[in-house]
Order: sequence, then C-alpha cells, then structure tokens
Amino acid sequence: MSQTTKPKLVVIGNGMAAMKTVEELLESDPHRYDITVFGAEPYGNYNRILLSNVLTGETNIDDIMLHDKAWYKRHNITLHCGDHKKVVHIDRKNKHVTSQDNTQATFDTLLIATGSNPFIAPIKGNDLDGVIAFRDITDVETMINYSQNKQHAVVLGGGLLGLEAANGLTQKGMQVTVIHKSGSILNRQLDTHAAQLLQTELEKRGVVFLVSTQVEEIQGENGHVTQLALDNQHTIPCDLFIMAIGVKPNIGLAKEAGLASNRGIIVNDTLQTYDPSIYAVGECIEHRGDTFGLVAPLFDQAKVCANHLAHHGVGAYRTLPQATKLKITGIFVFSAGQFNGTPNSESLTFEDTNTGAYKKCVVENNTLIGVVLYGDTQDGLWYQQLIENKISINAIRPLLAFGKAYCQPLLDEINNSTQPHQQNDLATEIPA
Amino acid sequence: MSLATAATHTPVLATDKKINTTCAYCGVGCGITAHVNEKTRTVDVKGDMHHPANFGKLCSKGSALGETLDLSSRLLAPEVNGKQTDWETALDTVAERFSSIIKEHGPNAVAIYGSGQLLTEDYYVANKLMKGFIGTANIDTNSRLCMASAVVGHKRAFGADTVPNNYDDLHHANLLVIVGSNTAWCHPIIFGRIRAAKEADPQLKIVVIDPRKTNTCDIADLHLPLAIGSDVKLFNGLLHHLHTQDALDHDYINTHTNGIDDALVAAQNDANSIADVAKYCALSEQDVTTFYDWFTRTPKAMTLFSMGVKQSTSGVDKVNSIINCHLATGRVGKQGAGPFSLTGQPNAMGGREVGGLANQLAAHMDFNEGDLDRVARFWQTDNLAQKPGLPAVSLFDEIDKGNVKALWVMATNPVVSLPNADKVKAAIEKCDFVVVSDCVNKGDTLDLAHVKLPAQGWSEKDGMVTNSERRVSRQRRLLPPAGEAKPDWWIMTQVAHKLGFEKSFNYGCSADIFKEHAALSAFENTPTQKRRDFNIGALAHLTDAQYDAFMPTQWPIPHIADTLEENIAYANTHSTHFFTQGGFFTPNQKANFIALTTKKPQNAPSANYPLILNTGRLRDQWHTMTRTALSSRLNQHKSEPFVEVHPNDAKKYNLQAHELATLTTQWGSMVCRVDITTTQQESNIFVPMHWTNQYANKGRMGALVNPAVDALSGQPECKHTPVNITPFAQAVRGFILSREPLDLTCEYIVKISQDTYYRYEVASSSTPKHLKNWLAHKSGANLNPPTQELNDPQAGIYRAANITNNTVNYIVCLANEFTAPKLPDRPYLSSVIAHTQSTELDQKVLQPLLTGIAPIGVEDTGKTVCACFNVGEKTILNTIKKHSLSDYKQVGKHCQAGTNCGSCVPEIKILLAQ
Repeated sequence: MSQTTKPKLVVIGNGMAAMKTVEELLESDPHRYDITVFGAEPYGNYNRILLSNVLTGETNIDDIMLHDKAWYKRHNITLHCGDHKKVVHIDRKNKHVTSQDNTQATFDTLLIATGSNPFIAPIKGNDLDGVIAFRDITDVETMINYSQNKQHAVVLGGGLLGLEAANGLTQKGMQVTVIHKSGSILNRQLDTHAAQLLQTELEKRGVVFLVSTQVEEIQGENGHVTQLALDNQHTIPCDLFIMAIGVKPNIGLAKEAGLASNRGIIVNDTLQTYDPSIYAVGECIEHRGDTFGLVAPLFDQAKVCANHLAHHGVGAYRTLPQATKLKITGIFVFSAGQFNGTPNSESLTFEDTNTGAYKKCVVENNTLIGVVLYGDTQDGLWYQQLIENKISINAIRPLLAFGKAYCQPLLDEINNSTQPHQQNDLATEIPA
Repeated sequence: MSLATAATHTPVLATDKKINTTCAYCGVGCGITAHVNEKTRTVDVKGDMHHPANFGKLCSKGSALGETLDLSSRLLAPEVNGKQTDWETALDTVAERFSSIIKEHGPNAVAIYGSGQLLTEDYYVANKLMKGFIGTANIDTNSRLCMASAVVGHKRAFGADTVPNNYDDLHHANLLVIVGSNTAWCHPIIFGRIRAAKEADPQLKIVVIDPRKTNTCDIADLHLPLAIGSDVKLFNGLLHHLHTQDALDHDYINTHTNGIDDALVAAQNDANSIADVAKYCALSEQDVTTFYDWFTRTPKAMTLFSMGVKQSTSGVDKVNSIINCHLATGRVGKQGAGPFSLTGQPNAMGGREVGGLANQLAAHMDFNEGDLDRVARFWQTDNLAQKPGLPAVSLFDEIDKGNVKALWVMATNPVVSLPNADKVKAAIEKCDFVVVSDCVNKGDTLDLAHVKLPAQGWSEKDGMVTNSERRVSRQRRLLPPAGEAKPDWWIMTQVAHKLGFEKSFNYGCSADIFKEHAALSAFENTPTQKRRDFNIGALAHLTDAQYDAFMPTQWPIPHIADTLEENIAYANTHSTHFFTQGGFFTPNQKANFIALTTKKPQNAPSANYPLILNTGRLRDQWHTMTRTALSSRLNQHKSEPFVEVHPNDAKKYNLQAHELATLTTQWGSMVCRVDITTTQQESNIFVPMHWTNQYANKGRMGALVNPAVDALSGQPECKHTPVNITPFAQAVRGFILSREPLDLTCEYIVKISQDTYYRYEVASSSTPKHLKNWLAHKSGANLNPPTQELNDPQAGIYRAANITNNTVNYIVCLANEFTAPKLPDRPYLSSVIAHTQSTELDQKVLQPLLTGIAPIGVEDTGKTVCACFNVGEKTILNTIKKHSLSDYKQVGKHCQAGTNCGSCVPEIKILLAQ
C-alpha cells in the first residue's frame, strides 16, 4: 500500500490523552493513517502525573518520558513539537491546520487534544515574575531553581496539585504556605475529616496552611513578587507564588474553528465533535456535561476514540466514578465516587488514631457510591470496583471498612450460592 | 490460746504449705488438698485423694477456689453507717442497739439470719446466744430455702432429722431414682460417682424425675418430665402400685413402722390408677409403668432428692411420699437402698446438727418440756427461748411490719435469694438496725447494712462442716486473715460479752466451741433420758491437736471407749447406715408412714400470669456469685442471666433466641436473655437463681418468686410461680470489654468479671439518635476517647476500642439489631483484651480488631465448655474434626476437656453429635 493513498490523521496535542489514543490506534490498526502530531512543548510525550515526583527529586525527567522522539520515528509519525509548533488555526473547510511557524498539515480526520490551561486567578499582580502555575516541566524547573536560593513559597490552592507542589517545595527546603479559599483542603477529593487529617500530617512536615483565606493582591518590587496581601488584612512574604487552582479546557482553537463548545469541546459517546471528521479527547472536552482533570477517564476516552478512528465502530464512552490519589510519599489518600453523599445516602466511618487510618464509605440503596480512604489505601481499587459494579454490600456492611480481605470471601460465598436466602442466613447467625 | 492469738497470725510466711480442708460450696463436702503460698496469698487447690466424698476429684467450682481469694473485693475493716471504724466501736454499736431494742421491745424484736455456709462453731455460738441467752428463737438461716422440708419430712417419718444412707451406697444400688435434682450441675462429684457406677455396671438403671431435661438426663435410662409439683401423686401412685403388685415388705412394715393402712388408703384414693397418675403428672402411662416396675422389682433402689422436691408448698409431703415407698419396701438404711436428701450447702447439715433453725432448739432437740429443761441446764441459763421463732419468710414479713427491729445477717444475701425479694429489700431498708457480717465489700444485702462486719472467708476460717452423708470434716485455715477480718464465732462472742454473757461465751478457739457442741450432743443422750441420733460425744474431749488433725468421719461418734482412736474406729464401722434394723427415734421406735393427698402448688397460673416459673442453680456459679463470679473461667459457661423457654412458648409469646425478655410475676420482674430449648417443657420457664444487683441490674430472680411456703417446713415454693413473659425490645444492644470497672447506668446491665478485664452486656429499649451518643451520654460509661472507631449510624453499628502501647484498654460493640454481623463474636475479642503483655499482640491482630474476626493464624477458642481446663467450644470441635473422634473420653485425651469434674461431658457429647 502506498503512503499517499492513506487517509491523514492530524493530532493537535502531544499530551497523555492524545498519545494514548494514538497508541491504542496503532495497536488495533497500525497502518490505517498517515499520522502527524503537533505539540507545543519541546519534548516527546511525558507522564505529567509524575511531575510532582520530579519536583521532589524522587524521579528525573528521563524517567517520566513515555514516548521519546525515536518512538515517533519508529511508527512513522511526523512530530512537530516546540513553542513555535503550536497550532494556531484549523481550517475545517480545507481540512488543514496551521502552526505558529506556519507549518501546515492537511487532514482527513483531526484529533484535538489540546488539554487544559492552568487557571490564572485574576488577582492584581498576577503578571509579576515569580508567579507561576504547576503544569509542565518548565514549571518544575522554575520551582527547583527558586528553591535553591529563595525562602518563601506560597501555593494558592489546596487541591491535589497544590499540595504536591507544597510538599515538594518543603522537601526542597523552602518555607511553604498553602492558601485555600475553602475551609477544608482537597475539598473536591476528601471529606472534611480526611482533609483535617491530611492537613495535620502536612503541618507536621512543615507546611503552613491558611484556609478560608484569599489573596487580595500580589505585591512586588522590581517586577518580582515579594509579598501577598490577604483578605484577612495580613501580608505574608512571598518569593515564589504558585497558582494551583485548577485548569480550564483549552478550547480557543476549537472555538475559533466554529466547533460547538461549552466549557469544553462538546463530544458524543464516540468522542466525535459536531464535525464528523473531528474527534477530541482529554482535558479539552466536555462529555455529557463533564470536564476532566484526572488521568483514568482520559485513558478510557482514548480507547473508545481509537476504536472509532480505526473504524471498528464499537464502544461508547461513559464517565465512571473517578478515583483520586495524592502522590506524596508516606501519605496515602484515595477517594472515589460520591464520597460527600447524596440526600439519600448513608455513610459509615472507621478511624484508627494509632495508625492514622481513616475510611469513609458512602452507601445508597445497599450499594457503595463513594469512598474516602486516608492512611490505608490498599483496597482503593477494590472499593472502586464495588462502586462501579454496584455490588450489594448488605451482607458485608459491618466489615466494609476493613476491606477486601474480610469482605471478598463473603461476597464470593454469596455469589457462588444459587440460593437467594443465603444472605439472610448470614444476617441471622447468632452470637455466642 | 487467748482471744488475741486466735485472731491474729504469725508473721513468718510459708511459701508451700500443704493443708487438707473442705470445699466451700455444695453439700457433697469434697476434701481439698491445698498448696498454700502465704507470701503471694495464692492457693493451689487439688482434690484430696483420701477424702471419702470425692477421692481426689473436684468440680469446676471447687477447682477454681484458688481464683476467688483476691483481696480486692473483700471487706477488710468494720464500718458503722458507711464509715470505717475499729472493732471495738463496731461491736459496741451492735451490742448497744441490740440491747436497747431488746429492753424496749423484748427479745423477739431481734433476729439473726444466718447461712448454711457458716461453720458448725459459728452456728453453735449464734444458736446459743439467741436461744439460750437473748431468749428468742428468732434465728433462721438460708437453709430454710434449702432443706427445711427434708428436716421435717425426716422427723415425721424417722422421729429425727436423719439421713440414713451414704455416698458409697450409690455404688451398690441397682436403681437410682433422681428426683428434682440436676445432680450433674449442682452436685457434680456425686454425679461423677453415679456416672462411674453406671459405666462399671451398665445394668444399673437410672431414672431422672424432673420437669426439665437437664444434663443429669445424659445418663438416664428413663426421664420423667413431670408437671411441676406433682411428685406426691407420682409416689402415692408408686406406693399404691407396690401394694397392688404385692411388693410390700410386710415383715419390715410390721416390725418397724406405724400407719401403713392409712397411708395405703390415702395413696389409693389419691392415685388409684397409672392412667390417673400419668394424666395428673403429664407423663406417658408407659413411662410411669416402667418406673413403677423397675422400682417394684429392684430391692437395691435409692431415691436421691433435692430442691425440686423440697422447695415446694408440699415439700414435706413430697419427702414423705418418697420415704413411704422406701419404708413400704424395707429399703431404708441398707447398702444400696434408701432415700437420700442431697443438701445444697457445705454446712447445712452442720446447722441442722446445731439446731440453728427457728423451729429447732439445739443438737437435734426440740421445743418440748424435756428438751427445754435439758438444754437450759446444759447451758446454765434461765432465759432459754420457750417456743419456736420466725422462719425466714415470716421473719422478713415481721421486719416489714416493724415487729422485728434489729436484724443481723451472716454470710447470706436474702435480698437476692429469698422469694418476693423486692419486699425483703424494702423490709430491710425499713428495719431500725441492720448488721451484716460478710467477707465481701459489696452485696445487695450488705449495701443496706448500718453496721458491716468483716468476716473471715473460706480460706481463713477454721472449724468443722458436715456434708450430706453425715460426714464431719475439718475446714482449715489456709491463709492469714484479710485485713481486720475475724471468725464469725469470735464476732458473736464479743457481742455476747458486751451483752453481759461473758461467762457463757468464754471460748479461746473454735475447738473449745466444737467440744461444747459435742458435749451437748451427748448430754443425757441415753434411752432412759432422751435417745437422739445425733451424738458425737466422743469428740467432747478432743485435745487441740486432735481437733486440728481430725479426719473426716460420719456421725454418730458416741463416746463408747476411752480413746479417740477406738471411738473413731467404732464410728467408721457402725455409722455408715441408720435404721438398717429399725430403731427409729419416735416414741415407739417405729417409723411413721404419712397418709398423703396431693396438693396443687399454692398459686395457679392465670390469664395475666399464664406460665410457670421454675428456678435453679447453674453448673459454674454458686448462690449469689460473691465468690464464683471472681473466677474468670467460672463466668464463661453461662455469663448472663437467662430464661429457658420451650420453642412453642417462644412462638406464642413472640420471643426470639438470644433476645431479651421481661419476666413479670405478681411480686416483681426481671430481664434476661432468652434461651429456646426443648429441654424445657411447654408452659414452664426456667431462670437461674444466681444473679444479683452487683452483676445484673435486672437479673434478680428472687424478686419474681412467690412467697408461698410449705406450712410445715416454712420452705418457700421457689419452683412454681405464675409468670408472664414479654419481649424486651432492644433499641440498643451490645457489650463492653474494659480493663477498668465501669459505673454503667443503662437499662440492662450484666457484669462479668474476668482475670484482667470486665465484660458488660448492655441493652436499652429507647431508641437513641446515634449509638455513639448513647454510649457517651446514656450508658454511664465514662470511657477515654477511642483510638479505633467504627461508626455506621444508619445501619446501627458502633464499635470502638482504646489501644495504648499495644494493650487493649477497652472494646465497645453496640448494635441496634441482634444479628451476628452487627455484633461480633465475644469470645474472640475477649481473648484479645485478655492479653496483658503488649508484645503478645501485633498489628495483624490490632488493626482489624473491630471486625471481631480472628485473622488467619490467630487462635479463636470459642466459648468455654470445660471450665476446669478452660477449653473452648471451637477448640473441642477442631479436636473432634482433626482426630475424627466419636467418644467424649477420646476428646478428653486430646484436649483435656471433661477429664476433671466431668460436668461438661453432656455438652461435649452434643458437640460430638454435630
């Protein structure tokens, strides 16, 4: 088969969602497309999830590279990467894209995976030097540089990324303060109790927390941040200000091309946009009202999307309950599902102050709908499966907090039994 | 010996002293060899190989005596009105108050209520003080609840309170009829001997006559579950059957008895046919026929009877209905043949010998002219009580009415054990002056006392006791007294002195008292003066050394030779049986048949109280648990008060197994755990007698029991009270295991003492918002914050534990429904908190503690079955499975269970059957 007869697939974005899709596609139908990839960072595809570990020094950049440039070559993929290769225009009518340096590529099918941009709070002084986000390798390198000769780091946002940054910078020897708008850190991933446990643990490690606090102004000298004015009338010194208050889908390019977008690029269950020749995956999309920030759903999207790109035409994407993991050494946090409950849900908790373990299971209609694990997250995936598979936890409820080792044998027993009253037997067994 | 030396101890402490003594519990009177370490105050208890009652065996309770000697629950100093004081002050208070009440209201305004657990010497002093010098016969004891009907029955038939046979006869009988006795649990060593006899001679027939299918039925060839209170009908029927079968021993009857004709007529009128008997007793005709046939054709027949016979408004008649059958067949006092009363307490017999009941005078003498004169001369008193005093139930009625104003209770707990116990409690609360002598520092009766006197306990006392077969044995001091504790006799003599009777109570030691008691038994005890069965005259001149070394001997022990050795030798050959050749203690020396008509129990069931309440003992507890509840292993067999209910009744009254139920009678109420069992017959329920307010806030069965008494013996009808039963809805249920005792205040509380911790069973009927809040605010438990907590409010599960340095300080498990997954297994969690060494527990055990499930590799023994060797149910089941066992003896070989007292053998058999 001659190359020129192949349909052209252009991929905008060289991140994890994009390349996972390409990888899946290569696996199922390696020769279908001529593939061209545009990436705005000067690297191959790397594992963004591990940036925190690069910051703490537990991992170096080479270790987080998923696909080096040789890989693209090996698979006959044309890679355009670097600042100037950022795609600036999509011409849907003529089916080609143009990069900043005017590189053009025509497509039969386009995959948009432009990801998201860190949200930069509209605070006066946000343009000063020393005000950064925590998004890519460059940001990590900046932080490492500051830690070598500056003292005061302030992280805005006590979310996953913010806490990982705070922990990394503390380990690098900086005095770190986390400023969080809500009263409870990691409030999208943890219930208030687990959050308090986590805060206490990080405080022990030297991180200072200012919760229910906002920054009014970023103040500086000579164009560089020096201190922050807070809404509590205090000011605190600041040499490095890291904004980690979330991301917003990067939809500028798609919008400009007239693709239907809301918060993200709107896709259907096959990850197809309103333009049948254009697909989108990852943090730039909006699917059934959801946008995305964690890696697991991106990978699921990649699988479904690749399947359709390969013209297999099966598989529909559904957002599954998402699990959270915080990557701070020695701290184990896991949450999944609706851990803050619903109006009809019930919750059970287990806590061991000696080991520092805390578990919360949220139950509705005898199934697990959410879980928060702090300290002992070993069974996180098992809980997630219970949530996803909607397994009745009636018979194991008193043991639910003690995890797989105690519950699974009982569930297996019930499963293996064809008699529906087995469950009742368990419930009426008498004590000594 | 001076008083001072009698009551103090030598400072040199021995570390291994071997002392033979007698068990503190039931009337079997087992010999014990104690290895005593005075320094550590520990006693290692073994059966005395040479004691004729037990030949080295001991039951679970006896084996655990060494575990009940802890000083923490002991009363160590006298108290007056709640304040600790010295003996002088306390005794002055007692003497002054008694004295002033006697002066103002007469001697009948004071009373002593004693116990079958006092030693003979204590009894003697109490009896002499009250009847001889204060001048009232208001001295009664808890023996009134135990064998008063046997005393009267014996006296009616034999002219004296004589037990004609002995334990050895069990090994010679061909038929053993056990009536109203769960011998397996209440007299385990006797039961062991019966089991051994049965195994040695499979032809030996055993008939158990009991409304309940107790563990005693384990070895029965025939069980007659008769209707409660129908015994007279059954034995009248037997007498009539013997007559119609021409099985009467006419020679014996003619030579040795009075009144056969009237008795036969009465029996015929009362129980004319087996069909009538079977119907009345709710038995099958075939079973009745079998029993009658076996009795008719077995000359070597013994009838053993206990509380099921005696605790009845027709208790005396029941005793005589049994004796009638033995007299009619000449089977009295012969090897392997005779009626045999099993007494409940270690020294009920000693009390009977002393005369320590209100309707006895002294030393088997009564309130008749001759005896009154004789005893007055012996005691050299002109103030002897001239008529019987108040028996127990009436005594507390008179206290309630205000006619008796001063009460001295010794070594017993009437607030728990007497019928209509709530009224008894109210009466004591009203009483002007209450003295309680006891060895424990808390008790339902003790708590009501104005004066508390610390008495020496079993391990400290020194004296004599008599068992069910008339065998007098020494109970010897093992340990120095606890704190200021004194012998009961010493306490009473001091009061006697202060009342002005120094000369008559001038005893230096217990031997002095015993010798006087022996002398009284022989005083004018001749055919020409007053011939009495009880004669231990040979012991009136014991030296202190002879008293100390006294070997267990059956009475009579008359003074017929010069030396003690000769007299004992005579007793050992002549005192095994009474009446073998007649010689009864009636005026014409013939035994009396009693003409009997069956009477119904006093209070019939009604629409409001449709069931019949039966009460009784458990295997591993003794009376009101003041001592046995201190032993960890004894508390495991049955750890909560419970009610046994037939499955049909359970259905009828909406009761579920292991739920709680409220029992209500016209007299009081009780809350306890439901045990559904076919061993119980329909319309009857059974509760154990033991629990007190100290261990169960709603478990006092005495409150339920009707105050009906036998008109002749005054013994209460503890086995038949109309009762109602309803479910106790538990909105909260659970248990707390705690190293520290807790002051709980919730609706239902049972406290179970273990070696290193306490277990509390708790329940409440009002629904709390959150179990956690209930624990904090309603339970009364004032616990430190937990280190582990499982909280599922909507499912009604709350569990918490406090663990510091790998030591578990407490575990709480609460639930709102009684299902296994919600409340974990108690034995496993108990085994974890029982660890005291922190190194014994690792995170593998501690982290999943609140699952209540043993991690793989950690032993879970299950609930205790064998209390002697502390072997659990799961261990036994595993042993059976592992070695494919089919016989209880094999189980014993592998894991020791059932090899000591054997009382758990029936339970092991049930496990084997699984």
